[in-house]
Amino acid sequence: MANDSLLDRSRTIAGPGYNRWLVPPAALAIHLAIGQAYAFSVFNKPLGSLISRDADNPAPDDWTLSQIGLTFSIAIVLLGLSAALFGKWLERVGPRKAMLASSLCFGGGFLIASLGVSMHNIWLVYFGYGFVGGIGLGIGYISPVSTLIKWFPDRKGVATGMAIMGFGGGAMIGSPLATNLMAHFKDSAPQGVAPTLIVMGLIYLLFMQFGVWTIRVPADDWKPAGYVPSTEHNALITTGNVSADNAIKTPQFWLLWIVLLCNVTAGIGVLETASPLIQSVISGTEKGRGMTEPALVAAGAGFVGLLSLFNLLGRFFWSSASDKLGRKVTYAIYFGLGIILYALAPTLSHNAQLALFVVVCCVIISMYGGGFATVPAYLSDLFGKFQVGAIHGRLLTAWSTAAILGHLIVSMLTENAKASGLTGAATYQPVFYTMAGVLILGLLANLAVRPVKEQYYEKGPVTAEAGGH
Amino acid sequence: MHTPPNTSSTAATPNEPAAVGGSAVLAWLYVGIPLAWGVSQTFIKALALFK
Repeated sequence: MANDSLLDRSRTIAGPGYNRWLVPPAALAIHLAIGQAYAFSVFNKPLGSLISRDADNPAPDDWTLSQIGLTFSIAIVLLGLSAALFGKWLERVGPRKAMLASSLCFGGGFLIASLGVSMHNIWLVYFGYGFVGGIGLGIGYISPVSTLIKWFPDRKGVATGMAIMGFGGGAMIGSPLATNLMAHFKDSAPQGVAPTLIVMGLIYLLFMQFGVWTIRVPADDWKPAGYVPSTEHNALITTGNVSADNAIKTPQFWLLWIVLLCNVTAGIGVLETASPLIQSVISGTEKGRGMTEPALVAAGAGFVGLLSLFNLLGRFFWSSASDKLGRKVTYAIYFGLGIILYALAPTLSHNAQLALFVVVCCVIISMYGGGFATVPAYLSDLFGKFQVGAIHGRLLTAWSTAAILGHLIVSMLTENAKASGLTGAATYQPVFYTMAGVLILGLLANLAVRPVKEQYYEKGPVTAEAGGH
Repeated sequence: MHTPPNTSSTAATPNEPAAVGGSAVLAWLYVGIPLAWGVSQTFIKALALFK
């Protein structure tokens, strides 16, 4: 059609011989970039000392840690909201236009935030990185999901696991990148933050273009060579298609919402306490008693790094395993094994059994990452691939809720524990026991998932413009 | 009448370039190199735990 632009869905339909293995790298180019959000804390100290230029002695007008931390919270809330709001639009216009919008918002958010840093205006930082960048996060996160599921009907878990693994990997790139850039620019601007944000914004904007221009959707009747849908009856894998509007009317959607909420909330319990907790555990060991404060802090940072690696690996491992095990069984493992491990962790930390404690936390975090990566395939099984991206977007509001809820639970419990005289690793014991309880709720919600009733299915064939194949 | 499924990515728009295996390798390198760098940096940091 004459008015077709290069961004239109119709112009992204794959040509003959297109290799579907180009789609995961296209998705990864988006997720590796937006995953930087989880490395935002690397800016905490420099942003908190823009005036004093001394992180240990901030000036009265320097921004506080809670002021700076709000930027990340806004971004995560906007991630969930924009994923929910723009999901149907994404299904209609296709992944290329959505990825371009994501790259402009995410890269542009850095540039606006840089202006805010230069003017020392925190509201501009909130608007840039938090609001505009957060919209880029939400659209970018869901943009490749339904396309991957359509290209890989035989390996839905593997495909979405690869992309969502990228979100975990993004922080691993974003943190050292920001550190190196700030060190490079530290003489030309306060703490080197403003130019770092400009350079990172431009790098991410360009890096994401690879995904924008490589992504393709399959033709309507395309199937992988030799692919025969399983004839083995699995009632949880639907043969119908449910729209995003109908999906939210089903109990299955809300059960999965609770499942994601519980899995993420529990994971936050470990992530937020990891560094101080491991320092307390190490201090309780014979070797740890002789360690200096900086060595303990470095060990804490090392533990956080190790957890990031397992978060990344878990996304791919568990999501791929779910193709064989089934999604419901996989989530039952996350919750069943999780309850045991969360309940075990306080005892291990109390007895200073460092190696076992580290192993337990790594497995817990691998399942936290796995929960994110397995959910798109679970949704596709239950609701079909028609508007799975939009349904996924709406489900991500559970993530935003968990980000707030998890933080509140951890803060409240640790403050209460300190007020009641608990010290060291014991301070964090209530967090682990409470999160084990949260996982019981998640397990029950997962066990309650049943096939979606046919009354919610779309009648007749579904169209690409409406988000179908 | 039953028609067999298309397994060769039929082009709806003939001007879309076809990708071959080499492109896929380059595409994976494009995302794999920064990811490997990030993972190695994190791994180095994590080693502090075992010192």
